[in-house]
Amino acid sequence: MRFSGLRILKEGLTGNKGWQPHWRDPAPKDEYDIVIIGGGGHGLSTAYYLAKEHGLTNVAVLEKGYIGGGNVGRNTTIVRANYFLPGNSEFYSHSLKLWESLEQDLNYNVMHSQRGLINLFHSDGQRDAFARRGNAMINQGDDAILLDRDGVRKHLPYLDFDNVRFPIYGGLLHPRGGTARHDAVAWGYARGADMRGVDLIQNCEVTGIDIEGGVVKGVQTTRGAIRAKKVGIVVAGRSGQVAAMAGMRLPVESHILQAFVTEGLKPCIDHVVSFGMGHFYISQSDKGGLVFGGDLDFYASYASRGNLPMKEHVMDAAMTLMPMIGKARVLRSWGGIMDMTPDGSPIIDKTGIEGIYIDCGWCYGGFKAVPGSGFSFAHLIAQDRHHAPAARFRLDRFRTGRGLMDEEGTGAQHNLH
Amino acid sequence: MRIPCPICGERDRREFYYQGAAVMLDRPAPDAGEAAWDSYLHLRDNPAGPTQDLWFHEAGCGAWLVVERDTVTHEVISARLVEARDAD
Repeated sequence: MRFSGLRILKEGLTGNKGWQPHWRDPAPKDEYDIVIIGGGGHGLSTAYYLAKEHGLTNVAVLEKGYIGGGNVGRNTTIVRANYFLPGNSEFYSHSLKLWESLEQDLNYNVMHSQRGLINLFHSDGQRDAFARRGNAMINQGDDAILLDRDGVRKHLPYLDFDNVRFPIYGGLLHPRGGTARHDAVAWGYARGADMRGVDLIQNCEVTGIDIEGGVVKGVQTTRGAIRAKKVGIVVAGRSGQVAAMAGMRLPVESHILQAFVTEGLKPCIDHVVSFGMGHFYISQSDKGGLVFGGDLDFYASYASRGNLPMKEHVMDAAMTLMPMIGKARVLRSWGGIMDMTPDGSPIIDKTGIEGIYIDCGWCYGGFKAVPGSGFSFAHLIAQDRHHAPAARFRLDRFRTGRGLMDEEGTGAQHNLH
Repeated sequence: MRIPCPICGERDRREFYYQGAAVMLDRPAPDAGEAAWDSYLHLRDNPAGPTQDLWFHEAGCGAWLVVERDTVTHEVISARLVEARDAD
């Protein structure tokens, strides 16, 4: 079933009776060449690119809940490539390029909107840092424009420019940054993988990983045992538990990150605005809700909900930056479980066990990485060698101390990112 | 979330700084080798359920606490002074 304008017109005129489910609901087979644990954005895109780029279709994605029910349906939908350090820079650049052709590639409307992302700065020192970051982005081949105060005012007239503590000096505009419809990204990849023959097995929780003589043989699940030649673990906040089934401990601590949505409003915020000094960022969804968030609650948690201090902090920051937001009413808030690494950068690598591969540590930035992570992880699983843009996402970088990617420059230590 | 500081009593989470898993108390010997130090500094059990972590009562008495806490429910089960543990 392909989507097109003509098809929508036809269905609209015939009572929308011709639409079919976007993917099958198969029972698990006894054996697959490749089993992907985790049917989130990254797992689905991995399966999609395994099939599309490498012709590997004897693949199952095992999801303990339902497709789109994890972090991929619970994030703030921001897509950007404004990283500074080698390693991250080329990876997110590649991912953004995949985003830009994703809708045509998937034949699916993911509502990718390159509305521009602006990082604000509030001092001369911060301006220097953002000029440097912008130059790194340009060197990577992405776009960055350093705006002065009046430049920001043209885009974001509603900000409080003369706040006593954080007067706005300017901003770094990343025009290709923006948002996408998160659910549609999961659905589009699920449909694309399914169409190519991948089995998406929902309500199937992995309960054990079978390893013999240091080689993976398969997995135990709530829907029976499944043999597999290769197993990819891509389970975000649950990485610690699944890795433990294979006897591994990871450099990962799971934390809670909260986000908030207001009631639907008429269009008022046209960009993604990031107020780093207040740990606050905001955009407006196409439905009209203001979608915003802040920093981690900063303690290990699997609760999927946060505590009040960070809520208060985020609301404070919002009022500091854009006093008009005080008139909006918060509709709901939630918390996602973030797999935090010591340096704040991800891991896509082999493990010490033959046939087990891991993709984790996306911290609070997993959504924009969905295409790139799947592409690079599929490459690693299919070819047993790293995909160049993700070659620095090594599991052993903490042990060796080589190639740490600490974007914030705070130190590669668990409680600092 | 409120933490029962043994010195100050039950206080708001805002008064405390979170350091991380209490494994940080078990510092390996300087010559324990790379694997032991990697485990100490980076690798974590990261449990979903009861865990022990280190909190610093920054805006209170300045004590370091070992807090037993459930990461799934946010229930704080107990808190004791690191000092008492080290006195053993």
